[in-house]
Amino acid sequence: MRATTVILGAGQAGLAMSRCLANRSIDHVVLERGEVANSWKTERWDSLRLLTPNWQSRLPGFGFEGEDPDGYRTMPETIQFLKRYAEVISAPVQTRTTVTSVRPVDGGYEVVTDGGTWRCRTVVIATGACNIPNVPKVAGAIPAHIDQLTPMQYKNPDQLEDGGVLVVGASATGTQIAHEIQRSGRQVTLAVGEHIRMPRDYRGRDIEWWMDAVGILDEFYRDVDNVVRVRNVPSLQLAGSDDRHDLDLNALTSTGVTLVGRLAGVNDRTAQFSGSLPNQAALSDLKMNRLLDRIDEWASENDLDGEVEAPRRFEPTRVEKNPSLATDLSNGAIRTVIWATGFRPDHSWLDVPVFDRKGRVKHDGGVVEAPGLYLMGMPFLRRRKSTLIDGAGDDAQDLSTHLAGYLNGGDTPAAA
Amino acid sequence: MTTTAMPVDNGVNVGALLDAREALSQAPEAAQFTWRATCEWVNGTHSRSTVQGFFGLGEEQSHRTTFTFDADHPEIFASEDHGATPVELVLAGLASCLTAGVASVAQNRDIQLRSVTATLEGGMDIQGILGIDGDVRNGFDGIKVSYDIDADATPDEIRAVVAQSQKRSAVYDVITNPTNVTVEVNQA
Repeated sequence: MRATTVILGAGQAGLAMSRCLANRSIDHVVLERGEVANSWKTERWDSLRLLTPNWQSRLPGFGFEGEDPDGYRTMPETIQFLKRYAEVISAPVQTRTTVTSVRPVDGGYEVVTDGGTWRCRTVVIATGACNIPNVPKVAGAIPAHIDQLTPMQYKNPDQLEDGGVLVVGASATGTQIAHEIQRSGRQVTLAVGEHIRMPRDYRGRDIEWWMDAVGILDEFYRDVDNVVRVRNVPSLQLAGSDDRHDLDLNALTSTGVTLVGRLAGVNDRTAQFSGSLPNQAALSDLKMNRLLDRIDEWASENDLDGEVEAPRRFEPTRVEKNPSLATDLSNGAIRTVIWATGFRPDHSWLDVPVFDRKGRVKHDGGVVEAPGLYLMGMPFLRRRKSTLIDGAGDDAQDLSTHLAGYLNGGDTPAAA
Repeated sequence: MTTTAMPVDNGVNVGALLDAREALSQAPEAAQFTWRATCEWVNGTHSRSTVQGFFGLGEEQSHRTTFTFDADHPEIFASEDHGATPVELVLAGLASCLTAGVASVAQNRDIQLRSVTATLEGGMDIQGILGIDGDVRNGFDGIKVSYDIDADATPDEIRAVVAQSQKRSAVYDVITNPTNVTVEVNQA
């Protein structure tokens, strides 16, 4: 089978790219291991909603439709949304097709799947950034009577044994899961390392509205001083809910969650926590306040001060005077550990020498070193919003322009 | 009258540090360092530690001169007080590490420092080291660091410099996180 371009993955990134290639009359196929929006369907917990408001899911040729622009889609609604997009743009999606290898051949690439082999000139990898949960080595030292779950295995509190739960990691995933489990009546201990505190609403508007309006989500990867650092920043402590509640550490403390420092080790059946919690909290508060300063400045410059609520600053993160530095894992108090310690992409099928020493695909804004190979949907791939549904469109526009130039034999070293 | 903006100079060669970071990210094996100290018992609780050589950038390195540190205990411990106590040296190590970080981060952020003073306190219940109460740990029950900083920056900018310094500090990491320690005894 032949196509000019093979797109791997039918999530928002792959579909947006499909639409952009169709606009340029570049023939292509979208290969999807499951159904459209597969990860949203099979690899998320039950109560999860999008962290961005409904109006913000904008894709090329497809805007918000329906009611409740300020609400947050549930997972079934998100899947429905992406399915509808695939229909509206008539994306040539081939579902239930698992790619087993991509390798360079004369004139392009060979894509081997369980449903046949494709030859193409260009490949767009849109398989997502969160395929494999990161579980630290220390997991091996957790006593056997304690259940261990990754966020992909976690569905809801009912699947957990009664008893205490240690949630490791305080990004969007860890804080949402901690909140839900604490409310189920189980005592949660949350191990907190670097984290990004964010209010759901600020001055009467969704924080995402501000970040969109101020231009923060559009910040370009070449304009930040350390792109490696920004690509590794944890996700914002946000939840999408009807009551629009905050999900910062103070909110969790108020529900009874116990905060401890980063999980530093497990020795002799004792979990040890770093003494760095006060500084992690201080770093996060300072960072949030810098963002709020920037928003306030922008609001003043754009004469919005009369329209929106007055500026405010939030209570600093409350940290106990002496947070616990260790907890006994052998006394039965902790029954479950959940590793909310991040994810990494699975590119094990990519037989092209484009990996750095840490196994990450080397790319310049999504343009991979191997000619004709493109990457989408990674953190800060081209913009701060690159991993948002709302970020897929601009990245697809840029990279499809580069891809078209490549097909035309043009010398286009990088998409500017 | 005209004023000329003086370039920010905290005496830290940030350019060289950033170049080193770039070079070492390409050659991670050169980033493997080994720090060393030797320590000789003098008499009683008095000992003298020496640092001179270390390993880094792929080869043996050495300080410009040999540095020595006397450690002892005060007279109320029935000692002769020939030097700081080892736990005070730990406080000094933490303070020096954080303060070096403050200067470097400030330089990198174009913040001119005029004065930086750190005051450290480590609380300790010595029933631990004396073996009176097994529930009391030997080490500090907490360390308080208090900075007085005079600099051309807002209070939040100064707080951010100090927070970033902690984030990148080796001694802060050593103290806040567990480290495996192996102690061997060689045959006489």
